[in-house]
Amino acid sequence: MRMGLVAALMVLAAVLLVPTYFGGKPEGWPDFLPGPIRLGLDLQGGTHLVYTVDVDKAISNHLERAAEDLKNEAKSEQIGLSSVTTQGGMVTAQLSDPAKRDALEKVISERFPNLSLVTEGDSSAVRTKMTPASIREIRDGALDQSLEIIRNRVDQFGVAEPIVQRQGAQDILVQLPGIQDPERAKALIGKTAALEFKLVAKDGDSANPGLITVAGRELDRATGRVTRTEYKLEPRTLMGGDIISNARPRPATQLDAPYVEVDLNARGAKIFEDVTGANVGRRLAIMLDGVVQSAPVIQERIGGGRARITGSFDFKEARDLALVLRTGALPAPVHAAEERTVGPSLGKDSIRQGIISFVVGGALVVVFMIVYYKVAGVLADFALVLNVLFLLAVLAALGATLTLPGIAGMVLTLGMAVDANVLINERMREEMRLGKTARAVIEAGYERALPAILDSNVTTFLSGIILFQFGSGPVKGFAVTLCIGLVTTVFTAVVATRVVYDYLLSQRRLQNVSV
Amino acid sequence: MELIKPGTTIDFVGKRFSAMAFSGVLILASLATLAWRGGPNYGVDFSGGTVMHVRFAAPPAIGDVRGALASVEFGDVTIQDFGSPGEFLVRLPLSGVETGAASKPVADALAAKFGAGQVEVLRVESVGPRVGKDLRQKAILAVVASTIMMGIYLWLRFQLRFGIGAAVALIHDVTITVGALALLNYEFDLTIVAALLTVVGFSVNDTVIVSDRIRENMRKSRRESLASIVNSSINETLSRTILTTGTAVLVILALFFLGGSVIHGFAYALLVGFLVGTYSSIFVASPVVLAFETGARGRSSKR
Repeated sequence: MRMGLVAALMVLAAVLLVPTYFGGKPEGWPDFLPGPIRLGLDLQGGTHLVYTVDVDKAISNHLERAAEDLKNEAKSEQIGLSSVTTQGGMVTAQLSDPAKRDALEKVISERFPNLSLVTEGDSSAVRTKMTPASIREIRDGALDQSLEIIRNRVDQFGVAEPIVQRQGAQDILVQLPGIQDPERAKALIGKTAALEFKLVAKDGDSANPGLITVAGRELDRATGRVTRTEYKLEPRTLMGGDIISNARPRPATQLDAPYVEVDLNARGAKIFEDVTGANVGRRLAIMLDGVVQSAPVIQERIGGGRARITGSFDFKEARDLALVLRTGALPAPVHAAEERTVGPSLGKDSIRQGIISFVVGGALVVVFMIVYYKVAGVLADFALVLNVLFLLAVLAALGATLTLPGIAGMVLTLGMAVDANVLINERMREEMRLGKTARAVIEAGYERALPAILDSNVTTFLSGIILFQFGSGPVKGFAVTLCIGLVTTVFTAVVATRVVYDYLLSQRRLQNVSV
Repeated sequence: MELIKPGTTIDFVGKRFSAMAFSGVLILASLATLAWRGGPNYGVDFSGGTVMHVRFAAPPAIGDVRGALASVEFGDVTIQDFGSPGEFLVRLPLSGVETGAASKPVADALAAKFGAGQVEVLRVESVGPRVGKDLRQKAILAVVASTIMMGIYLWLRFQLRFGIGAAVALIHDVTITVGALALLNYEFDLTIVAALLTVVGFSVNDTVIVSDRIRENMRKSRRESLASIVNSSINETLSRTILTTGTAVLVILALFFLGGSVIHGFAYALLVGFLVGTYSSIFVASPVVLAFETGARGRSSKR
């Protein structure tokens, strides 16, 4: 029966490894079976990025918006405010008429569930801050939304099998296997893509203190030089990126530079029509992430829900801009906290060297075992080969990733797998010296060696689990291989070799144990 | 074939004081090396910063590489030979700019000096300060936690003194391995931590097997003194110990010489750690078990 189990597992392992051998699922391969062993970024090349979401910025953005809303609400209730400021996580509204204080507090408590009043002495000012619950909500929301947007961008970027997932309280992990141009990927993923439309100040107005100064970027098409300019803009944002329903790049024509054509949603189309209609002859600045891309003059009212964003782009930039506009703006800026890129050629080198050292190390051990233990050594080698087969099959079945330290882990398993058979063989030698029969020698050898084998493998397994728990990336890969290897080691060394001995004993061929 | 003839009796227990002195010297040397190097040579995983692994088509002089990067203003750039000819590690300190942003100017500067296509950037690793600190804490926690867990396992499976013996041996092994890494100025990164934990696992492996035999022999012959039981147990398992360590070392040597430069430090740590680990399970762990016994006897005889 045991023999049947071992044989069945051997067949199963061989089947599981078929896709790995062919480098992909062969034609007509059943879908429920796993594909080939996945290679880590260090072996196939690629980029591993960890982004930190700047949640504090998301919170202060919300605070700014709340201040703006408060101003509008107060105006509609005819409560005079001399100023509304945000500072230190608080919105402070300065009342023109202190008698209206109660009215303002009522407005806040009724219409601003996110804000809680801060009681303080000054009677002419009302101070509020975000409630802890809403801060938590904003944090989680910013992270989830960023994750979703980054995932969309990565998907549109067209990488095979990317990984985008949350990591810890404020990080997002992005893995792009086999990517050729990490700089471009980084530029796309990390772009906040906050789109804003603001009016450029009228000519006579430029000394007005309420205006803001924003940097701009302009390309001279004839020379290809990018120059930096400054714009005086009215502070109010007329429209944001949320009015866009789709965006696509347009190549250069004889008249135009490459540009991005955007479709507006219903609300956006109406706003756009109103704004352009009311401001014919003025310049409308189009800002991306706080930089003015272009400031065309509004020639006429633009209806129909379609607009174009022109600016100093080449076609590639227009394509990338369309991509980030389609996927939406990140709710908060993200910063790269960790970045690892492995070029494809190093990956190939690593695989080659890994396999060479694996084969050479393995061959040395195999030869040594046969020389030292004769027939028992051949059996131990059989266990070793089976062990490698099982280990690879389990890796494929679990969809685990094989990394360079993972290969090292396999080489190590190879070295340590010998240990179990050495323990058994040494015990058998001891029993033979006592002059026992072959059957008794084998039985006692396995039985006596088992506690030591289990103890030693359990302790190493413990360190493997800890490695998995604390390790990241490649170290995790090492831990996975080590742990799987320990399980397959015990099985192949204790069960599989025993099956062979039992078979030999049952055939009465075994008079003496050759060890 | 047999390496250790049956009936071999080497007096390991009798040599334990010389061994103690030897271990003491090794540990002091490790600590001194660490002090001399100013602590472990943390790689970017733990210190933060950027490391670039570059390969030149025609191996240049290291001074030329340094010269090419003199104009790139990222503070203290270090350039280091990396195994094969024409391969260098360029290390950039943490800078105010975003993680990873420093690598492009360096690549551009190298391409400008040596010509496009002459320089290949094989690998860039960049770790921000927060992540670096995080990884460092996790690594220390991992080594400490695994040492404690193994001590507890041995305590439950055997006796407290075996657990303590193993823990002492582990601290011994890790200290000496870290010292050996510092001696050759290998960079201390996540992969090395993986190697250290493997050393811990392997060393315990050895210790467990000897402890197992000690326990078995204690049941068999209750009359004999613990010292002689420990001695015969070590002798009986000696051929297994040598064989297992020997085959493991064979494999590690293959890794060391053929595994490529990326895995060099890893293989070196394993090599030192396995040898020291084997030594310590014979000369450190068992004598500690013994010390508990003599200590206990000393107390009882006084009473």
